[in-house]
Amino acid sequence: MKNKFEQYNKQVMKHFLKPKHAGKIKNPDAVGRINNDMCGDLMEIYLKIEGGKIKDIKFQTMGCAAAIASSDVLCELVLGKSLEEAKEIDNKKIIRELGGLPLIKLHCSVLGERTLRKAIEDYESKEK
Amino acid sequence: MKQIYLDNAATTQVDKKVIEVMQPYFSEKYGNASSQHLKGQEAKRALEESRSVIARSIGARSDEIIFTSGGTESNNLALKGLFFANKGTGKNHIITTKIEHDCVMNACKWLEEQGARVTYLNVDEQGFVDPEDIRKAITPETLVVSIIHGNNEIGTIQPIGEIGRICREKQVYFHIDACQSYTKARINVKKQNLDFVTLNAHKIHGPKGVGALYIRDGVKIEPLAHGGRHEKNLRSGTENIPGIIGFAKAVKTSRNSDIKKMEKLRDKLINGILKIQNTNLNGPKDENRLCNNINVCFNNIEGEAIGGYLDAYGISSSTGSACSSHTLESSHVLKAIGLSDLQANTSLRLSLSKFNKEEEIDYVLEVLNKVVGKLRRMSPVK
Repeated sequence: MKNKFEQYNKQVMKHFLKPKHAGKIKNPDAVGRINNDMCGDLMEIYLKIEGGKIKDIKFQTMGCAAAIASSDVLCELVLGKSLEEAKEIDNKKIIRELGGLPLIKLHCSVLGERTLRKAIEDYESKEK
Repeated sequence: MKQIYLDNAATTQVDKKVIEVMQPYFSEKYGNASSQHLKGQEAKRALEESRSVIARSIGARSDEIIFTSGGTESNNLALKGLFFANKGTGKNHIITTKIEHDCVMNACKWLEEQGARVTYLNVDEQGFVDPEDIRKAITPETLVVSIIHGNNEIGTIQPIGEIGRICREKQVYFHIDACQSYTKARINVKKQNLDFVTLNAHKIHGPKGVGALYIRDGVKIEPLAHGGRHEKNLRSGTENIPGIIGFAKAVKTSRNSDIKKMEKLRDKLINGILKIQNTNLNGPKDENRLCNNINVCFNNIEGEAIGGYLDAYGISSSTGSACSSHTLESSHVLKAIGLSDLQANTSLRLSLSKFNKEEEIDYVLEVLNKVVGKLRRMSPVK
């Protein structure tokens, strides 16, 4: 039973304690949902898309501080971006934006990347 | 910001009275207890007085107490020391449980590599081991039964009196790890038929780096550290005199009324938390629970995240969540009482000390209501 919160930097703590994009979107254009097998984290992303661009994005995450902060920063990174640009966002960008994560928490940032891809796939499959 | 420390199962604040009595043993009475001169004899006297305080507290004799560096060393010394002292006798079977502290569990795993056979007994949903399961597991090869007296995660206090009777009757040694239960639950080596008892100081407002092992008179073990023949040649190394003095003072300053006080605060905290929807208490809810332990699952949110929010409010806690472990594995104790990995991830442990106050509990409940609500709104699982 370890208490390791001191390992998170200020940027991570800011996104964890005061996430701007937590929540749900009513009638979203797309939804992505991922279950992280590694630690049981669960994430959902809701997208509103207009003219090929991400007009609004919200997340819901059951996870640790790193998972929640990664979720929030991902939303910040892709809001207003085109779907093609959004597909370019990977966990390395998330980690960079957060100013780093503890080594054992790096996998938490993959959750956001995968869930966003899932949501975009959901959108594209509906468009076809 | 106000700090509320509710991680006393990890370690405790050193009592000021303890620091006070330790101080001279750093600066003035710094002698080596093995030295013949006055300074050495001064240290020796203090060492032996401390030993008798520890011995009396568990109904033992002074010469049955060995000072060590803490709980981990005492547990290792008891199990490995006993195993190696009995090598070649055919007694190579160890019985323990699935809810031991890592130091007992990993010592047992290592001993398996050295030729020991280890039985890890199941516990029930509250964490109790069934004494009859112990009786059934004992074979002619059984050397020792090793049980954690008060569980560090879920607070279960095992029926050691009953287990001790069985062990004595079957003529196998009985070791208890009493790191969490010492000064909080009754320990009497004679009445409970104990052969080994692991004790430590820093869980009871003493200093870190000091512990003790009770070894019943006549029981032979091998030392782990060889050297200057200190501590009856069972634990060589110059004695940590200031630490040992502090350990004894911590024992002397603990009061039965502290237990009552903690029980009251514990029950207030448990009842307050269980009023929050979708919460479950882990461990027993009766007199067989450590007076300072609270362990709760807040379904659908992670313990690590709850702890992170509490920390931001100045409240220190702990969790059995995989997310906070070095190995990304959730607590083996919570899994042993039947929780899934997902459920274990939602657990939060709060552990009290005699220094906690009722108004702190009110504040913690208020904060918990707030942060649990917030995290649940953030969670996709409803």
